[in-house]
Amino acid sequence: MKNLKKRSGYQWFIEPSEKMRVPFILFGNDDIIKNMDENVYKQGANVASLPGIVKAAFAMPDAHWGYGFPIGGVAAFDPDKGGIISAGGVGFDISCGVRTILTGLNVEQIEPVKEKLANELARNIPAGVGSTGKLSLSKDKIDEMLAGGAKWAVERGYGTNPDLQRTEEYGIASGAKPEYVSDRAKTRQKEQVGTLGSGNHYLEVQEVVDIFDNKIAEAYGVALGDIVVTIHCGSRGLGHQVATDYMPLMLKAAKESGIDLPERDLACAPIKSDVGQQYYGAMRAGINCAIANRQMLMHLVRQSFSHVLPQAELKLLYDVSHNTCKVEDHVVNGKSMKLYVHRKGATRAFGPGHPSLPDDIRDAGQPVLIGGTMGTFSYILAGMKESEELCFSSCSHGAGRAMSRKQATKQYSGREVVRNLAQKGIIIKSASFKGIAEEAPGAYKDVVSVADATENAKLAKKVAKLAPLICVKG
Amino acid sequence: MRKDWEHYSHTADMGIRGFGESIEQSFANAAIAMIAVNVDPEKIQQEIQIQITCHEDDIELLFIAWLNNLLYEISTRKMFFSKFQVEIKDGELTGYAWGEKLDLKKHDPGVEIKGISYSDLKVTQENGKWIAQCIVDI
Repeated sequence: MKNLKKRSGYQWFIEPSEKMRVPFILFGNDDIIKNMDENVYKQGANVASLPGIVKAAFAMPDAHWGYGFPIGGVAAFDPDKGGIISAGGVGFDISCGVRTILTGLNVEQIEPVKEKLANELARNIPAGVGSTGKLSLSKDKIDEMLAGGAKWAVERGYGTNPDLQRTEEYGIASGAKPEYVSDRAKTRQKEQVGTLGSGNHYLEVQEVVDIFDNKIAEAYGVALGDIVVTIHCGSRGLGHQVATDYMPLMLKAAKESGIDLPERDLACAPIKSDVGQQYYGAMRAGINCAIANRQMLMHLVRQSFSHVLPQAELKLLYDVSHNTCKVEDHVVNGKSMKLYVHRKGATRAFGPGHPSLPDDIRDAGQPVLIGGTMGTFSYILAGMKESEELCFSSCSHGAGRAMSRKQATKQYSGREVVRNLAQKGIIIKSASFKGIAEEAPGAYKDVVSVADATENAKLAKKVAKLAPLICVKG
Repeated sequence: MRKDWEHYSHTADMGIRGFGESIEQSFANAAIAMIAVNVDPEKIQQEIQIQITCHEDDIELLFIAWLNNLLYEISTRKMFFSKFQVEIKDGELTGYAWGEKLDLKKHDPGVEIKGISYSDLKVTQENGKWIAQCIVDI
């Protein structure tokens, strides 16, 4: 891309041209930017052309070609300047996210019972296509869940109050309007509450193999050799249906409002419009669905551990979503503004001292979780002050795909992937060998370089590196 | 060999494409391509028939609506389908799908589709043949 300019070692930008209202800013090292799909530039420029966008459109170091917004894209909109809200800018898996749980155990305690624990988790966690949760909810109960989020789950015995302290927005997304979620979406969720799903979703038992920042690690309660559990999943069928329902409504709303969409997947509506506000309420309900889901899965993890390792004491480190739109206060040009921040495949990363963080970790900054893929490392990072000024306190969310699913199934055999990982001491439990081939470690970008670039670009600071021991795949 | 449908590559997701002598046939074949993202259509018996109706004035949005409706039926009925028939009149689509209940052992499903995107969406005629295509989000 000839318009791409380097601003500093880890920051690149494209000046506004044609319909772009603001620049497009990318974070990453030379290699990451050089290998980035050209479509990311095109999509970033498209996002930069949307009404009411503030400062710039951004791409995180793990960005790749999405639909409408790039995956790894961040954009904030001002409701007072005709700003928009976009279903495409949040994505189909509303509030897909990661939850990392401390166990109080170390690797020596896990090793002798690893196989037993893997079997127990695989038996207890509903995963894969067509799997159903242990709880079937009536429509009324679904509405309560959509209004109450993880707090709803905890009030029903699926967790503890300290869990909520360590969930974004303290376990309940404000502004949720279950009445704007269709009956179809609710019907799809009826039997999917407390399920992992499939695709890139997983539950991993991991060992802390490296500590980069002792002080923050201590604040987070993470030490070398510790065992943690990480859950990656989202709002399941309900979130998918909310996106499906609002995409055509937003296409029409955009047209009626005279918004010129370079791509239909950018479907959006003015924030100050009926469709915009209805989507916001439905999407926020989708966030509650996702965090309730991860809370209920954590409950199942607690149950599984209590059967195999009763001495384990599972505490939530943090739960963070990476497909969201949130109303947040940000200072732009010295002025505090309420902005609708879209993060699609990007993580909120508040720096040290941010008032939204719980007391006990406020000085350390918000825990940020970057998931790798089976067989590769994952990272715990901490939000940095600088990222507020750089990109509305946002950072990367994962390794990001490097290879298409079609190519991955051609190149890898699911059975072989499982065998190779077993040789490295990693147990994979999955209902689908086909799914494993598509999710083979080689199909993803190198998560180590994503984490390094995230830190070097001053988006979030590396705290600990995690290596997988057990992986339950959806 | 004549091809009725195919998959094509997209970094994170998957492209599906149906071919046909008519728009209707291309829609029906694209549905097989969608099913084939997570299960081999050959493994699905055509035991139960369901009906789908949807309306959109724009033919491309009608294609999306058709696939979205199918996805909803797959998810809520826990069924897979392997034969489709589509009729379109004045923006009104009536579709039929034949399939059976999900059987994990028999069908060995892979990853499920989260949604149908508008990316690369096309309903078009090339060399006398209809093509209906889009990218599905996984």
